Amino acid sequence: MPVEATCVREGCVRPLRLAFAADSHAVRQALAATLAHPVLAQADLTFAGQVEIVLAEVLNNIVEHGYANGSGTIRLVGRRHRGGVLFRITDLGRPFPGGTLPEGQPPDPGSDGNPPEGGFGWFLIRRLSCALRYRRGQGRNRLLVLLCPEQSEN
Amino acid sequence: MDVNSERVGDALIVRIGDERIDAAVAIHFKDAMREAARTPSRRVVLDLSGVGFLDSSGLGAVVGVMKELGPGRPLELAGLTPTVDRVFRLTRMDSVFTIHADASAAVAATAGQDVRRDAG
Repeated sequence: MPVEATCVREGCVRPLRLAFAADSHAVRQALAATLAHPVLAQADLTFAGQVEIVLAEVLNNIVEHGYANGSGTIRLVGRRHRGGVLFRITDLGRPFPGGTLPEGQPPDPGSDGNPPEGGFGWFLIRRLSCALRYRRGQGRNRLLVLLCPEQSEN
Repeated sequence: MDVNSERVGDALIVRIGDERIDAAVAIHFKDAMREAARTPSRRVVLDLSGVGFLDSSGLGAVVGVMKELGPGRPLELAGLTPTVDRVFRLTRMDSVFTIHADASAAVAATAGQDVRRDAG
């Protein structure tokens, strides 16, 4: 999409651009910088929370699986798009198994007193985002995540 | 991880001082809870009123603490802030815990009297 078109429609808010180390503390700082950035200036607390949950899951997934807790860099770009915010996250870590994003099955609390301790991440990402697109190329993972404030949870 | 705990009636109230329970601190959270839970009590109430954010790692850690305490010593939650509450609800883990509006409501509740438990 041409940058100019976004600029006219969305009031020329400069995009968010961050590059940071793939570790959970840098992810925290990146989330704080994202929430404080003008692309989210009009976000209410509910939408801000939605953005924070989704990005935390995507970014920590890269730390733990893409780079398998080794060293690496994550790039995060965000801009306003169609009333929401479109994020592009790139990394040079491992591809997703099978070349596709995890399904993110709904967690099953169970009735046997043995609820799951994991498997929540991709469920939350899918539940709280309105579009996802993944592409692997030239040794790089590129994930597009569109977040929409009106995303219904019921 | 900043944790302080207090025995009130049959409950051990454990208050988390950190604003986030996320991937960066989930292991420390579990360690701190394990340490706090050495004080005997019939139930443990985790006061999350100071926690504004919890991710899937934090959620997994809370579930893990519940399992470690075992069925004879329930882990109950109190004071869920909006984003934390949302994570519990979306993942349906709100159905696994007795959830109180705040710590004083948790203290007022006794065994078998759930103050608030969302139908799930």
